[in-house]
Amino acid sequence: MAIRPAELGAPSDDKRWRIVETRMRRTGQRPDALIEVLHAAQEAFGYLDPDALEFIGGALGVPLSKVYGVATFYSFFTLKPHGQHTCVVCTGTACYINGAPRILAEIRGRLGVGPRETTEDDKLSVLTARCLGACSLAPAMILDGEVHGKLTPGGVAERLEAL
Amino acid sequence: MTETAGERRPARRRHRQGLVPEGPARASAHVCQAASCLSAQSDLVSEALTERVVAAGLGDVAVKRVGCLGLCAAGPLVEVPETGELFERVSPGELDGLVAALGAVQPGATRRPQPPFFARQLRIATENSGRIDPESLDDYLANRGYAALRKAVTAMTPAEVRDEVTRSGLRGRGGAGYPTGLKWTTVVKAPGEPKYVICNADEGDPGAFMDRSVLESDPHRVLEGMAIAGYAVGARQGFVYCRAEYPLAVARLKTAIRLAARAGLLGSAIADTQFGFEVELRLGAGAYVCGEETALMASVEGGRGSPSPRPPYPAVAGLWARPTLINNVETFANVPAVIRNGGDWFAGIGTASSRGTKVFALAGRVVNTGLVEVPMGVTLRQVVFDIGGGIVDGRAFKAVQTGGPSGGCIPEEHLDMPVDYESLKQVGSIMGSGGMIVMDDTSCMVDVAKYFMDFCREESCGKCVPCRVGTTQLHQLLDRISSGRSDPGDMERLERLSGMVQKTSLCGLGQNAPNPVFSTLRYFRHEYLAHIQDRTCPAGVCTMAAQEVAN
Repeated sequence: MAIRPAELGAPSDDKRWRIVETRMRRTGQRPDALIEVLHAAQEAFGYLDPDALEFIGGALGVPLSKVYGVATFYSFFTLKPHGQHTCVVCTGTACYINGAPRILAEIRGRLGVGPRETTEDDKLSVLTARCLGACSLAPAMILDGEVHGKLTPGGVAERLEAL
Repeated sequence: MTETAGERRPARRRHRQGLVPEGPARASAHVCQAASCLSAQSDLVSEALTERVVAAGLGDVAVKRVGCLGLCAAGPLVEVPETGELFERVSPGELDGLVAALGAVQPGATRRPQPPFFARQLRIATENSGRIDPESLDDYLANRGYAALRKAVTAMTPAEVRDEVTRSGLRGRGGAGYPTGLKWTTVVKAPGEPKYVICNADEGDPGAFMDRSVLESDPHRVLEGMAIAGYAVGARQGFVYCRAEYPLAVARLKTAIRLAARAGLLGSAIADTQFGFEVELRLGAGAYVCGEETALMASVEGGRGSPSPRPPYPAVAGLWARPTLINNVETFANVPAVIRNGGDWFAGIGTASSRGTKVFALAGRVVNTGLVEVPMGVTLRQVVFDIGGGIVDGRAFKAVQTGGPSGGCIPEEHLDMPVDYESLKQVGSIMGSGGMIVMDDTSCMVDVAKYFMDFCREESCGKCVPCRVGTTQLHQLLDRISSGRSDPGDMERLERLSGMVQKTSLCGLGQNAPNPVFSTLRYFRHEYLAHIQDRTCPAGVCTMAAQEVAN
């Protein structure tokens, strides 16, 4: 039985909810589609707020406690909005032995932010990744969706300061 | 080149995929479009090259966007397959040499001898990588694509397919090396319907990018392997569980699933038979433990990726408690070749216990970082020095790390050991999924052990105490040692606690977490002693705490 979007009761009339609703309908609103739908919501809004968790749980028939449990279990999901720019520094083995710790230290030293932190002006969020799979570019990072490789600590800090 | 209605058919067709000449191609340029080269702007290279070839009036030259060419360190890469010339670090602004080379290719040219990086390899799972356009079903079909699936469903019984896989001696390429044929047979025998097939594409080991490359370069191959497996075990539904950190692999998989379904190669009535097989894509969300099969299934079901005790094994009670076959990307990628060429052919490659080839991601302090596929049984020295080209800056080799956080560090004295499941285990490491990280004298082995323990500590799902608490305690011990704050009893504490975590953890993550500690203690004990007794780090990596006043 298909449920029309109106019956899903999105938290607001923000158009981005339609993306989430579409994904839910495509997956037949099955409870096992929870992770897929959380992905859709985070893609649309950038993070998952309590309204989103409650709405998704209700629409898929999953208790809020479980939705929260899943959203906090996976490191890909974030419950807080990121800054204007996002810099993901790879800390995989190849990047680690090629100097990723020095890059993170330089960022902290010059921009005052560590992993999972955002600058006070909300300009930059720094994250780390387990491995980007770009090992031949080590050390590597993703700055606003674009992979940069063969980094030097100074070069990274300069690039971030120029944002 | 804009076309208007009613105009004569243009001499050549330009499209997103590159440039296809009207007649047979005299020469072609294969431009790598896998993640590593793409991040070095190889998409701009293929666009600029297409324009340059058109401008130069080379009407019989093709420009093709292909998957991984392997030598990622030198990207963006462009290969001229007719002559075997490889152009490295190609810039979209400097294409004169490449265009001239394409113009100079003689009809019927033969490939020049390849450098050791390529000559030493044997490609089965990656045979199409760098040769076909991963976003084109036609190109896959033109390279014997889906021939094995057609053969299986039209000319073989499911039992014959399983026998062929059993005869091939293929073992799981995800790391544990469980015989694939045996796993398939167990799923068939298990009561319960429906049965499921899962492709584990949650490549979580840091430093491993084999599966990513296979999915980006030849996604149909994996789907074909899964469909053959579905036929062999009696499943009609498959899932690919792919990590979200691989957006390009995810996009190409989605394209491949859509194209294959439209062509009747997935879905109901495959090749006009009774057999039907659907594939659904599921995204991971950044949890290393989901590479463990029971945790992976919990995640496919939409929950937290917490592992469960085995037995029951997934083959008996897996996804939604139904019999489920889980194999890794590379395992499935081998299946079409096994069915096409026969199990005996595959079994003729490699060693007695480890048949076939293995794909390795070569990275770290080695000259030729990239993706390599070698027959089982080659030595580590051949991989690191002949194929890998040795250590960067001419420094001294220290260790090669295989198996990620579940593996170990292998020192120089074992470099002449053959690469196979048993040999690697004997020296205290594992085959793992295929990450191979080369370390030189700039790496401190205590620091490396600490790095992996930090990884396991953070990735522990927290369900069982030995893993949740044990890895944290082990990390603290390693931190004390590496910062020069340890006491003489710490070494013994480290060994005892490692043994306990190994023996008592619930799943593979915890059971294997101490492996890097064991292997570094075994081969690099002197480095631990230097940190504990002399309070120095021989490699100069660790920062030692200021000496406290004695006693």
